[in-house]
Amino acid sequence: MAESNTLFGKAAVLEGLGDHPAVKAIVAFSSEALCDAKFDFGELTLTIAPEQIRAAAAAMQAAGYNFFEDLTAVDWFPASPRFQLSYHLVSHTLKERIRLRVLLDEADPAVDSITPVWAGANFYEREVFDLFGIRFEEHPNLRRIMLPEDWQGHPLRKDYPVEGYR
Amino acid sequence: MSNPAGMPVLEPAEGARDQHMVINMGPQHPATHGVLRLVLEIDGEIIVRIYPEIGYLHTGIEKTCEAKFYHQVVPLTDRINYLDPLANNLCYALAVEKFLSLEIPPKAQWMRVLLAELSRLNSHLIWLGTHAMDIGALTVFLYTFREREDILRLFEAVSGQRMMTSYIRIGGLALEPPLDFLDRVQAFIRTLPEKIDEYSNLLTGNPIFRNRLKGVGILSAADAVALGVTGPPLRASGVDFDLRRDMPYSSYEKFQFHVPVSNDCDCWARYEVRLIEMRECIKIIQQALDGMPEGAVKADAPKIVLPDREKMKTQMEALIHHFKIVTEGFDVPAGEVFQGIECGHGQMGYYIVSDGTAKPYRVHMRYPSFPTLQALEPMCKGRMLADLVAVIGSIDIVLGEIDR
Repeated sequence: MAESNTLFGKAAVLEGLGDHPAVKAIVAFSSEALCDAKFDFGELTLTIAPEQIRAAAAAMQAAGYNFFEDLTAVDWFPASPRFQLSYHLVSHTLKERIRLRVLLDEADPAVDSITPVWAGANFYEREVFDLFGIRFEEHPNLRRIMLPEDWQGHPLRKDYPVEGYR
Repeated sequence: MSNPAGMPVLEPAEGARDQHMVINMGPQHPATHGVLRLVLEIDGEIIVRIYPEIGYLHTGIEKTCEAKFYHQVVPLTDRINYLDPLANNLCYALAVEKFLSLEIPPKAQWMRVLLAELSRLNSHLIWLGTHAMDIGALTVFLYTFREREDILRLFEAVSGQRMMTSYIRIGGLALEPPLDFLDRVQAFIRTLPEKIDEYSNLLTGNPIFRNRLKGVGILSAADAVALGVTGPPLRASGVDFDLRRDMPYSSYEKFQFHVPVSNDCDCWARYEVRLIEMRECIKIIQQALDGMPEGAVKADAPKIVLPDREKMKTQMEALIHHFKIVTEGFDVPAGEVFQGIECGHGQMGYYIVSDGTAKPYRVHMRYPSFPTLQALEPMCKGRMLADLVAVIGSIDIVLGEIDR
C-alpha cells in the first residue's frame, strides 16, 4: 500500500490509491466533501470541506480509523485561506495513520466540533481554540485551556510575536 | 455557554447546592505529580464531577520551536517529558529524518532502541516509586530511585547529562558512546530482574496495596479508545496496540518482545501491565546489546549532521559544513509529517510542517498524558475521594507534557 512515490491532487490520489481504505471510505461518503488530497512522505492527507468534517470523521471512524490521535492547527498568515486544521487518525486494525485537513478563512474561523464522534477531541479543540482562536461549534466546554481566562490574543498565530510585547 | 464570564468556577450541580461541595485538589497537592489542579464536586466523600485545570507549566514550547533552526529544537524536546528524555529526542529526530529521507546507520538505530528502552525503564521506575508512595508504601520509592540513579549515570556517561540528554540528534547520535558503555548497560540489566522481583515482593502481595488498586478506576476499552488514552492504560483496558510492534520505527521490527495486555481495566491491571513491560524492556535491551552492529553512529549527510570534532579541526570542508549548519541551519523540503512513537506513558507524536526553510513552520507535539487526563472523570465518578489518588498515580501523568 505505502508506495514511496508522492501523489499530489485529488485526481492523482483517487487514481493511484483508489483501493486505500480511507480513500474508498471518503469516496463512498461523498466525493464532493473531498476537496484535495496528497500522498507525501508516506502519509495520506485528505482535505475535507469545512462543513463536512464531522460527518467525514464519522465516516472514517466507520471505515476502521477508530482512534483519534491528534488535532492541531497551522496558521498560513498572510495567505488565504489562513488556517489549516490537521486531524490525525489511527486505525488499530489496519495499523495505519491518516490525516484529515480542513482549510478555514481568516474571518471568524469556526468549524463543527468532532466531540460527538470522539469525546477525546475535547481537550484538543480547546487547545486550538485557546492558541489559535478557532471556534468549534457545539463543543461542550469551549474555554481556554492553557492560558488564563483573561488572556488577550492567540499566541500560536503568526502575527503574535515570539518575544517582546504584543 | 452557561458561564458567559468564562471563569473556571465550578458550581455544584443545580438542585444539589446544599448537599454538594466544590473543593480544589492541587495545584500544590503532592499526589498530583506536578502542578495539576483538579476542581472537584463532591457529595460527602463521593466524587460527582472532576474538572482538570491545566496550563500552570505552559511555556509555549511550540511557539519557541518556530523561531529555532531544526537542530536547535532538540534540546527543547527533552524538557517536555522530563522523565523519558530520550523518547522525546527520538521522536523529533525521526520526524525530521522523514522529511530528509536520511539513511540512519544500523548502529545508531540499535543504540536508539537501547536508549529508548532505558528511558522507558526510567519512566516506569519513577511511576512505580511515586505511585506506591501515593498509596502509602514509602519504601518502594527508595528502591526504585536507587535503580533510576543507575540509569541516570548511564545517561550521563553517554551524553554528559543526567536528565536533559539531547543525545539523539537529527541523523543519528550526538557522538560515539564511551568504550565501556555497553558493558555498563549489561552489568545494570543483569541485576535488574531481581530488583523488579524485589518491588513485586513488596507490593504484589501487600493487602493494602491490593485493596487500594483492585477494582478501582475502571476504564472500559470503548471509553479508553474514545478518549484517546494510549500506552499502558490502554493495554490494561484490553486493547492490544503498541506502536513499537504495530507501526515499527527505528528498527523495532527486528526485536522480539511481548506486549502485555490485561482485560481487568482497573488500577491493578495498569500496575501489572507496567511491571511486565519493565521486564520486556530488559529483553529488548539484551537483544540490542547482543546484536549491536559496528559502524558509524551518524548518517553520511555532511550538510545536515555536524562533523566530528576531530574532522572539523583538521579538514577545511568539514569546518565549512560545521559553520554553515550552526549559522544557517539546513533547508528542509516543504510539506508536513507526523511521526508517532511509543514512549513510557503512551503514544507520543511530533507533527512538523515545513515551508522549505531552515526553521520549522509549525511543530506540534502530541503527548499521551494530555488526552489521558480526560479519562479521569469516567474513572473516578461515583468513587471515593481517596481513590482519585490511586487513579492519578495509575495513569502516570507528567504535567510538563500536558502543558508544554
